[in-house]
Amino acid sequence: MNHIVSVLVENKAGVLAKISGLFSRRGYNIESLAVGPTDDEKISRITLSVNAEEHSIEQIIKQLYKLINVIKIQELNPSNIVERELILIKVNADSKTRPEILEIVTVFRANIVDVAKKTIMIEITGNSRKVKGLEELLRPFGILELVRTGKIACSRGSKS
Amino acid sequence: MGKITGAQMIIKCLKEEGVEVIFGYPGGKVIPLYDALFDSDIRHILVRHEQGAAHAADGYARVTGKTGVCIATSGPGATNLITGIANAYMDSIPMVAITGQVGTAQIGTDAFQEADITGIAAPITKHNYLVKNVEDLPRVIKEAFRIASTGRPGPVLIDIPVDITTDLIDENFKVDISLPGYKPTLKGNLKQIKQAAKKIAESRKPVIFAGGGVISSGASDILRKFVKVAKIPVITSLLGMGSFPETDQLSLKMAGMHGTKYANLAFTEADLIIAVGVRFDDRVTGKLSEFAPDADVIHIDIDPAEIGKNIKVLIPIVGDAKIVLADLKSEYEEYIEKKGIHNRDQWLSRIKKLKEDYPLKYDRNSNKVKPAYVVEKIYELTKGDAIICTEVGQNQMWAAQFYKFTKPRTLVSSGGLGTMGFGLPASIGAKIGRPDKTVIDIAGDGSIQMVSQELSTAVTNKINIKIMLLNNGYLGMVRQWQQIFFKKRYSHTCIYNSVDFVKLVEAYGGVGFRVKKKEEVENTIKKALEINNVVLVDFCIDREENVYPMVAPGSPISEMLESEMLEGV
Repeated sequence: MNHIVSVLVENKAGVLAKISGLFSRRGYNIESLAVGPTDDEKISRITLSVNAEEHSIEQIIKQLYKLINVIKIQELNPSNIVERELILIKVNADSKTRPEILEIVTVFRANIVDVAKKTIMIEITGNSRKVKGLEELLRPFGILELVRTGKIACSRGSKS
Repeated sequence: MGKITGAQMIIKCLKEEGVEVIFGYPGGKVIPLYDALFDSDIRHILVRHEQGAAHAADGYARVTGKTGVCIATSGPGATNLITGIANAYMDSIPMVAITGQVGTAQIGTDAFQEADITGIAAPITKHNYLVKNVEDLPRVIKEAFRIASTGRPGPVLIDIPVDITTDLIDENFKVDISLPGYKPTLKGNLKQIKQAAKKIAESRKPVIFAGGGVISSGASDILRKFVKVAKIPVITSLLGMGSFPETDQLSLKMAGMHGTKYANLAFTEADLIIAVGVRFDDRVTGKLSEFAPDADVIHIDIDPAEIGKNIKVLIPIVGDAKIVLADLKSEYEEYIEKKGIHNRDQWLSRIKKLKEDYPLKYDRNSNKVKPAYVVEKIYELTKGDAIICTEVGQNQMWAAQFYKFTKPRTLVSSGGLGTMGFGLPASIGAKIGRPDKTVIDIAGDGSIQMVSQELSTAVTNKINIKIMLLNNGYLGMVRQWQQIFFKKRYSHTCIYNSVDFVKLVEAYGGVGFRVKKKEEVENTIKKALEINNVVLVDFCIDREENVYPMVAPGSPISEMLESEMLEGV
């Protein structure tokens, strides 16, 4: 089962290594990870997407709390969050296939961010399902490169 | 305001933390630090290998409850500390390890004697620091001691580049500590404690399972008081030994792989386990799915991650053992005053019967020097009042089985990591911490050879520890497994005649005795205890004596192997 865990940490050197190291040595896998400072530059937010059983995710959170630089941990309820990921896809596009690709891009409300003679680069933001959908439709044209940010998420409503 | 060097600041901060003794070994990148230490009245014990420094600091911490401090230089000095730090981490021992590092400008260049020690030590420290600014020193040192000694204790490493130790800083420079993410829970949730009190009062077959957390939180007294009221039998983990007097009728000693059969059977028959400061290690539980099949578990621990990690818990209570037990005792008293308790006479007589039916045993009629006999004699002659350090392996288990521990902080043993070579340097640290006590290292011939250079540390510093070497010329515990599980194929476990231990200790300036006959055991121990020097007694024990009872790996703890030789004895 996929869990999204949002971790507030002190923005200090080495903290990310401590967190990722904890995952590997306790035998857990990180599916995606996104890091950046919050509105308070002394604090960073790490958003982790983890595939684990209920009991394991409890252990992961408890073990994370033991890291001195970890300030707060929230497991986000997937039914009540806004979840986003940004992806850049470079795909083969010649004069014949370009119109079709542009059509797909429009439907997905994605953006063209670079056009070259034989390729197009597309930027898409959205939740995993949307992003995956675009990826699947573009695959037949030949994806040359795909870069993703990792998931970020924020719970809905006034709760922080 | 006057300026001082970073090194002087480190010493000043250590003084402020109340540090009396440091175990260490100098090297290139800590010369400025040692220069500042030279002017200080903090005692420094020069070990012969950095691993010895970490173990000695560990032993010191275990017997005093204070934070042990060790210093090593960068690179190999720091990596040599690693086993000792890991050992302290596994057993939750408060320790601050200070390592030198190459200059800040050289970090990451593979400079001479450079090692990424904060990276290496991350999985085995409670926290660690690489200091990059001299003005961080006072805060970091204060935080390190705070973290090491509070909550679930553990080792903290501070890596200090050499230029930081020579940079200047205002003598009175101070910054408050800042640990926004560190708030150990001390007081247990009262609702949970009330529930626990009720559950205990309603239980017909309860046992208390006391671990190292009882000792480190200073909860032994309150545990004893609680047991006096509640009359519940007490089982301990290895690290919990001494938390409850083993001379008491209600003590079932240690459970687990080489625990007492009566403790293991009590677990198996119990309907309630009140676990305090333990982590249900695999050496205790055996096959998890068959561990204590009928018991609900109340788990009291300061580390929430331990609760529910290995076994299912009915009532979790996060908090400091001492504080929680005090609250639990008063809630329990209040509850039984109103509602009374179930009669437990039947359970207590069952416990008594288990103890009578399955005592720890060995062949007392044998003419050979039996290790259990040696340990019993050590117990008698020290009147149970010594601090017992152990190495790891058979020696450790015999010490645990046949010495009766009655006071907290009197057993110093590597439980979690199982570090051979721990006992000798740990006993040095223990003796420094408790010079008033007889400190004995019950050793094995394999373990002690890993650290025998520390005999020099002991002798030159007049740290008069007594080493009782149970010498069987084998890596005995592995040999025992090979005998039982690997068809007696003794692959690389025979170390017979590897050294003359009497001459070895004499070479360092200590005193050595060899005991080959049973009738010499008592007198030689007496002599060893009287001599005002480091003494090693080389007991040539029955070479193939095994540790029994034993739970085979993967078996439930209710199924214990006994010595076939003991039939009819």
